[in-house]
Amino acid sequence: MSASPAASAASAAFAANANSIRWYASHEARLIWRDFASLVTAGKPKRIALVSTIIAGFVIGMHLFVVHLLRNQLETGIAADKATLLMISGFAVMLGSLMFSQAIESVTRAYYARSDLDLLLSSPATSRRLFQVRTSILSVQTTVFALLIASPLVNILGFMDDPRWFSAYLVIMALGGFATSAAVMLTLLLFRTVGPARTRLIAQIISAIVGAGFIISLQAMAIMFGQGFSRLALFTSADTIEAAPALDSWIWFPANAAMGDGWSLVFLCAASLISLILVISYSTRRFADDALATSGLMDGKGKQKTFTGFKKQSGIGAVLRRKEWDLLKRDPWLLSQSLQQLLYLVTPGLLLWVHYGQGSGIYYVVIPVIVMAAGQLAGGLSWVTISGEDAHELIDTSPISAKTILLAKAEAVVTIVGLVSAPFLIALMFFSPRAALCLAVGTLLATFCAVVIQLWYRSQANRSLFRRRQVSSKTATISEAVVSILWAAGAALAFRHGIFMVPLALMAGIVMGVAWLLRPQGQG
Amino acid sequence: MSSPYALEITDLNKSFDRPAVNGLDLKVHGGEFYALLGPNGAGKTTTLRMVAGLLQPDSGDISVFGTRLAADPLEAKRKIAWVSDEPMIYDKLTPLEYLEFVSGLWAVDPREAERRSLDLVEWLGLGPHAMERCGGFSKGMRQKVALAGALVHEPQLIILDEPLTGLDAGSARQVKDVLLSRVKRGTTIIMTTHILEVAERMAERIGVIAEGRLVAEGTFAELRNRSGGENATLEEVFLDIVESNEETTDVGSLAA
Repeated sequence: MSASPAASAASAAFAANANSIRWYASHEARLIWRDFASLVTAGKPKRIALVSTIIAGFVIGMHLFVVHLLRNQLETGIAADKATLLMISGFAVMLGSLMFSQAIESVTRAYYARSDLDLLLSSPATSRRLFQVRTSILSVQTTVFALLIASPLVNILGFMDDPRWFSAYLVIMALGGFATSAAVMLTLLLFRTVGPARTRLIAQIISAIVGAGFIISLQAMAIMFGQGFSRLALFTSADTIEAAPALDSWIWFPANAAMGDGWSLVFLCAASLISLILVISYSTRRFADDALATSGLMDGKGKQKTFTGFKKQSGIGAVLRRKEWDLLKRDPWLLSQSLQQLLYLVTPGLLLWVHYGQGSGIYYVVIPVIVMAAGQLAGGLSWVTISGEDAHELIDTSPISAKTILLAKAEAVVTIVGLVSAPFLIALMFFSPRAALCLAVGTLLATFCAVVIQLWYRSQANRSLFRRRQVSSKTATISEAVVSILWAAGAALAFRHGIFMVPLALMAGIVMGVAWLLRPQGQG
Repeated sequence: MSSPYALEITDLNKSFDRPAVNGLDLKVHGGEFYALLGPNGAGKTTTLRMVAGLLQPDSGDISVFGTRLAADPLEAKRKIAWVSDEPMIYDKLTPLEYLEFVSGLWAVDPREAERRSLDLVEWLGLGPHAMERCGGFSKGMRQKVALAGALVHEPQLIILDEPLTGLDAGSARQVKDVLLSRVKRGTTIIMTTHILEVAERMAERIGVIAEGRLVAEGTFAELRNRSGGENATLEEVFLDIVESNEETTDVGSLAA
């Protein structure tokens, strides 16, 4: 039987391009596009119009916000003085650290995710070209994210101050190249030093610390030097500007490039491109071997344990709680992902320490941050224990009511959140019992609501999908975040007067009501 | 209420896009090894998932040793163990920790659970790996851990959905031996399998399900007599039953 003309043409095109860089690039682009489309539409193509409208609205809103933020500077014009260069450099380091953090995560995923690696590595085709394309695409993905974040600022400056500001886009691209190169080299360094078994975990921790670390460090420095809580306070401080290097210092060349200085721009872009080419060329030579070395490591056996006998446990709740804690304890990656947001508790902790006994102003910062973090932690852990149940059929066929099981899982989550919040609560009790009470009530309510939302929106999923849990239900993610914010604000206002919490509690109630109405059918 | 039947299914119905189980009636005696056969999509797994409480029937009745599943699901589940073709175990637990957890779910006394667990891991050849995490285990080892989990609480009825899929000959032999020994001790086993030789050798009675209905049932000898081939293998008997059912359905739909 002869093939159809269309099939023959496709086959000829396939044969002509197969295993070329272009062929791999189109393969990768197709996968990324379909992944993105399914993420945006959630399997419902009609959603594209709605999602596009929301994105457009958000982008316009962000541009208007930037216009409002920079209205004074735009009126007078922005000069290339030390204050401006310092602010741009700070922004660049912030973006760079975010890109580096994201790149580490993407690079490790490329080595460890086995979705198509087994197919690729077992095929007779040379995989080096594919990995060259894949690493280049990682760089593009990392950069696109940062470009989107910076675009309202760059566009407004470019259109309303001076078109030279558009060169900031090239600077961001260059930073993306550096970030990807550094992430690849870090991953390879970890492979060689700590081995493939530990690389992923360590890389994840570095990614979390770098991602949140720079912003937290800025806040911490601002607090320590009494310049407030703002992330940008350090860059606008007169002391910092005074201490900054002179205008002709080499340190400003990325900032000068962002402001349109031609030579700085060319140097920066060329350096980034060369570093990326060298790193891609070096890493892809060994990519296949390194990727093969990770095979089976995700299912690590762990250390051989000594059998100490079965323990007597008081009731089914204890059995389930112990199982949940054991699983979390033994999954450092999941644990690091869950506890990542606790990094943001560093600054309120620091605030409490620095401002001990200096009035009540700090409580308006400390209380909401902790309540918010507790709500988010509870949401993440609830998803892991409730939806991310690996042996759900075993649990469903056991002679225990669904209510008992869910209650035990919720208990496991509440206990962990309680343990994390307790030190702050105890510390706060010495400062202000009223603040401690507000924190306790806020934390309890935020935790309760997060757990309940996850119960309403529970669906069977693999724990390894934790980072993408928001994809399964955007309603759950949004309502969880909004309710946490409302209880955080409510707890802070309740510190001033209990009655101030009422409207926020009502709003939280409405959000919970909407979440309940929109819950998937069949969930109680 | 005592019942001679380990499992009694009456007029069971379940539809997804189309009827998956269509007025199924089935009775399995206590202490019996029953094989449920059928072509792909016949409704075997759907039926057994409803028995295990993993799916809600649209209508019909399921009783396990006289306990109606709809009226007292927890009491019914106390008597059942479910093993699927894709063993769902915890990668981060060791086999013994998994068995300790399962024992806890079924409220087995810890000392008794420990004794049974140690026996089971040895019996299933898991001894050397008893304190290693299951994450690195092969499909066969995972299936054996899941089977040990099903046996540790000594259920009266074990339901297995394609338990031998993907097992090597040695592992399959171990699993079969364990199952047969349980039947000798009075446990009822219902198993679906595509390996007809296993059904032929192990099952006391065989049920053939097609398009959601039970189309034939009996011992292997009875089924062979029915299809008229004295020396026919179960494969030939099975194909004959399924084909004649398809022809009947086709004639029925033409007549309609």
